[in-house]
Amino acid sequence: MATQRTPEERAAIRSGLAVGLATAVYGISFGALATLSGLDVWQTCFLSLVMFTGGSQFALIGVLASGGLAAGPAAITSAALLGTRNVFYSIRMAPVVGPGFWRRAAAAQLTIDESVAVSTAQTTLGAQRAGFWVTGLAIYLGWNLTTLVGALIGDLLGDVSAYGLDAAAAAAFLGLLWPRLKERQTQAVAVAAAVVATLLTPVLVPGLPVLVAAGVALVVGGFNLFGAKPTKPPAGGDA
Amino acid sequence: MTAWQIVILASIVCAALKVAGYLIPPKAFEHPTVARIANLMTVALLAALIGVQTFGAGQAVQLDARVPAVLVAAVLYALRVPFVVVVIAAAVVAAGIRMLT
Repeated sequence: MATQRTPEERAAIRSGLAVGLATAVYGISFGALATLSGLDVWQTCFLSLVMFTGGSQFALIGVLASGGLAAGPAAITSAALLGTRNVFYSIRMAPVVGPGFWRRAAAAQLTIDESVAVSTAQTTLGAQRAGFWVTGLAIYLGWNLTTLVGALIGDLLGDVSAYGLDAAAAAAFLGLLWPRLKERQTQAVAVAAAVVATLLTPVLVPGLPVLVAAGVALVVGGFNLFGAKPTKPPAGGDA
Repeated sequence: MTAWQIVILASIVCAALKVAGYLIPPKAFEHPTVARIANLMTVALLAALIGVQTFGAGQAVQLDARVPAVLVAAVLYALRVPFVVVVIAAAVVAAGIRMLT
């Protein structure tokens, strides 16, 4: 990066670092919950290093925690479906990041809610670029460090329910969902999906209720029920 | 499947999705309905996971200490309390109720 930075670029770097620090702390909850769902410390760290998209990571361990290894296919599918929004983020970031194989490969790994949100909030191309990279790198470093710390803590803790960590997992999902509940359409989808998944829990094998509930998004989105506005990336809440 | 197979396969799929956006022509995803469904899919999955994580116990539905814990979490998020604090508070509420009952 050039040594002479514009005021816009400096502002983008500042907000990128702030968002990065705030988000990285979530890694502790992820690391602890992941080891308590049955993964070991290495598997937990692998998820943060390679998958690196918080919603999918929490989804994977959430399904594994309730269904065990038998729910593996459902866990993978949940993580993948939650990861589809990153395709749209990548499309939006491609012109900001620019050409070049290695640059795009690195950018792809850092394409998450927060880096895209900070980038698209900037007014100049230079600031958009700076915001994307600073936010993405700050979260990548912080998220992986705090994941390791959380995993080691979780490894020491033991029984999940005795400590209330199953409730903590539900609260973590709620925290990821909260910033997305501003419109009536998303609120309706959230309520319907939660009801569908809960009602189907006694009927279907663990993991499947969550996937069937995703069908609510297909119906409401496909017919555009409950009046939608044009979609834009959320302001935060998920790495 | 082993835990490693699940972890590696899911990670590759999620990483590939990020790469895909830099490779495919943007036209394919420009349709507003596709973008809307993708956005709502995130909401539906997170909400479904909250439902199962709050009420599910294996293949049964069970009301226990998790329900008040999640309600407390919702109130705290509404008050703009930071994520980590809320998650810890939810764990403390559930653990506290279990200890007393």
